[in-house]
Amino acid sequence: MIGVEHYLAVAAALFVIGIFGLFLNRKNVIILLMSIELMLLAVNINFVAFSSELGDLTGQVFTLFVLTVAAAEAAIGLAILVCFFRNRGTIDVEDVNVMKG
Amino acid sequence: MEKIILFAPLVGALISGFGWKLIGEKAAQWTSTSLLFLAAILSWIAFASFDGVTENIQIMRWIESGTLSTDWAIRMDRLTAIMLIVITTVSALVHLYSFGYMAHDENFKDNEPYRARFFAYLSFFTFAMLMLVTSDNLVQLFFGWEGVGVASYLLIGFYYKKPSANAAAIKAFVVNRVGDFGFALGIFALYLMTDSIRFIDIFAAMPVLAEQTMTFLWADWSATNVIAILLFIGAMGKSAQLFLHTWLPDAMEGPTPVSALIHAATMVTAGVFLVARMSPLYEFAPEAKQFIVFLGATTAFFAASVALVQTDIKRVIAYSTCSQLGYMFVAAGVGAYGVAIFHLLTHAFFKALLFLGAGSVIAANHHEQDMRNYGGLRKKIPYTFWGMMFGTLAITGVGIPLTTIGFAGFLSKDAIIESAYAGGTSYAFWMLVIAAFMTSFYSWRLMFMTFYGTARGDKHTYDHAHESPLTMLVPLGVLSLGAIFSGMVFYNSFFGDTTTMKVFFGIEQEEQVANADMGFSLVAPAYAEVTSDTGEGEAKSNVSSHNTEKSEHEAAQVPGQGAIFMGPENTVIDDAHYVPDWVKVSPFVAMVLGFSLAWLFYIKNTSLPVRLATQQAPLYNFLLNKWYFDELYSYIFVKPAFWIGRFLWKRGDTKTIDGTINGIALGIIPFFTRLTSKAQSGYIFTYAFAMVLGIAAMITWVTMTGGAK
Repeated sequence: MIGVEHYLAVAAALFVIGIFGLFLNRKNVIILLMSIELMLLAVNINFVAFSSELGDLTGQVFTLFVLTVAAAEAAIGLAILVCFFRNRGTIDVEDVNVMKG
Repeated sequence: MEKIILFAPLVGALISGFGWKLIGEKAAQWTSTSLLFLAAILSWIAFASFDGVTENIQIMRWIESGTLSTDWAIRMDRLTAIMLIVITTVSALVHLYSFGYMAHDENFKDNEPYRARFFAYLSFFTFAMLMLVTSDNLVQLFFGWEGVGVASYLLIGFYYKKPSANAAAIKAFVVNRVGDFGFALGIFALYLMTDSIRFIDIFAAMPVLAEQTMTFLWADWSATNVIAILLFIGAMGKSAQLFLHTWLPDAMEGPTPVSALIHAATMVTAGVFLVARMSPLYEFAPEAKQFIVFLGATTAFFAASVALVQTDIKRVIAYSTCSQLGYMFVAAGVGAYGVAIFHLLTHAFFKALLFLGAGSVIAANHHEQDMRNYGGLRKKIPYTFWGMMFGTLAITGVGIPLTTIGFAGFLSKDAIIESAYAGGTSYAFWMLVIAAFMTSFYSWRLMFMTFYGTARGDKHTYDHAHESPLTMLVPLGVLSLGAIFSGMVFYNSFFGDTTTMKVFFGIEQEEQVANADMGFSLVAPAYAEVTSDTGEGEAKSNVSSHNTEKSEHEAAQVPGQGAIFMGPENTVIDDAHYVPDWVKVSPFVAMVLGFSLAWLFYIKNTSLPVRLATQQAPLYNFLLNKWYFDELYSYIFVKPAFWIGRFLWKRGDTKTIDGTINGIALGIIPFFTRLTSKAQSGYIFTYAFAMVLGIAAMITWVTMTGGAK
């Protein structure tokens, strides 16, 4: 029987993978976006798991909204990426360090 | 009427100080001067119509705090009345004199307004001084006391462009603070012991207080003595007595009218006034009185000896003032308060006269103050000469021995010397006689060096020496009248037979005291009766028939009804009348000797002083440097104070405080900023990592502490 803890374990694993993808990755910004997606999915799994566990549909409704927002975010992120590439000629994370005092 | 006297100078000061731009300088000067003359005329009326009954005139409620309840009020008694005429008369004349003296001043540019400011200060001073003498409680007196201090500071430093004037002003202020510290402690102690600062309550409590002790400086002392000494320290500062006298000669940096008004006639006598006002206290503090006598006599001697060799005309008179104040304190110290006030009155006239005369001489000589550059001015400035002559005759005490005919100083100074002898202190007596000799010498030296002989100074200056304008000569004339007649007119009131004097001062008298020959034994029991019960009733039996019609006087034996109080065992005035004839003649002999010596030195054989000075060089230098008091104080107080100041500045402020702030601002803060700026790499993954760490920490904290609840 697959219980809620299994779902949670998968979600946590996905989330940690996403995090590590976020800051271990030094090369590609697209991988950053993918990592963010991964983390959002981990959260969605949590929502759905608790929703079915507690018999409350609110969690699943929420998940749909999150998916929509995530799609929009991915679109905007790719658009920024295109702009960035046009300006700098690269999308290497290592070269993107102007955000400092 | 008293209120008008009191507030006319204040109104004058305000109008002339703040309103001169509206009404013009001349009008401001006239306003303040005419208001002062109004006050002077009213004062004389008040004095003449005063019936000897102490009167309290309330102006407003002032302090209500716990048991401290004080009115802003005028205590009108004989002492106040005398001070009123002294202050307002001299002040009005000095105002008038200043018209001429301050007309042109090389310390200010032509278009610079300074006259209205000067008059405003003078009027303000007069107000503060009146506040001092009219107060009916110690705090109001202290207010006036500090007010005159401020006015004195402003006027000494009137030539604020001269560094020496500023230094003198600060010195006067600081030295007076030392005295005021004692004064303030005295007031606190009185309030502590009697629970009141009103004179009438304090005086009534005196017989009880005399029995009590209080702790001061880790020891128990007789309460009256401690308080008396503390108050006297205040008086020492204000009246330039020995150890706190150093400011007075330096105060001569101020314009000469100021020296005449503040540093000769009125403010410096505030100390004497205080002792006389607090006479009920001093009557119960015999040790404090002895101290006053000793210090007064020493000051009289010291200051006179310094005046012998000074060459600045104003400094000679300044030391003379210091010396005469010593005389007054001796009189007050032996219990002859009336005599002290008598000398205060006559001294105000002749010393103001001498100062204003000196101012006239200085003005005639283009602000030359060194007497060595004078000489032969008698014919040039005859009116000034005669004014100064009357002043000198008065201060040296010229008169007919064993009578009461003579110049003002003759009567008052001899009265003091007789009182000193009668008071039983031969030290004070001899000091005063020697001081009288020196007084005569330096006064005549001043006259001879200034007005006789040949002109020693600048030929051009001498040729242009001119008599002063009428505004300066009229005050000299009026004060001359005072110097000549004030002694003879007031002699009987102040120092005549006891009955007259006591009536004058509104002191209740007993038959026993009137017949002094009957001695103490009769008085003492009557007195003891009263001390046992300070109530009103007991004293009735002692009231003499002379005054029974005045029912207000029934409580006579309780101190504080009259202007001054003299304990029943205080018979110094009577004793002074019965001193041997040689005592009475001694000041006259001293005067003649001093005059002869001065004549010998400065008319007959003018090379003698120089020969003596070179022969007795150490003594001469000792006197010329004022007994090295300034050097001593500089060494003991000023230098260490500077050292402490510099230490706190360099080490304390610059090194420690600034160092701490600089160390934090330039060392520690940059260290942390560098650390944090390193964390700010600009890489997204670093920030993401920090965020994750933060979230992890927060979640851990929330789960550990159960923050979810």
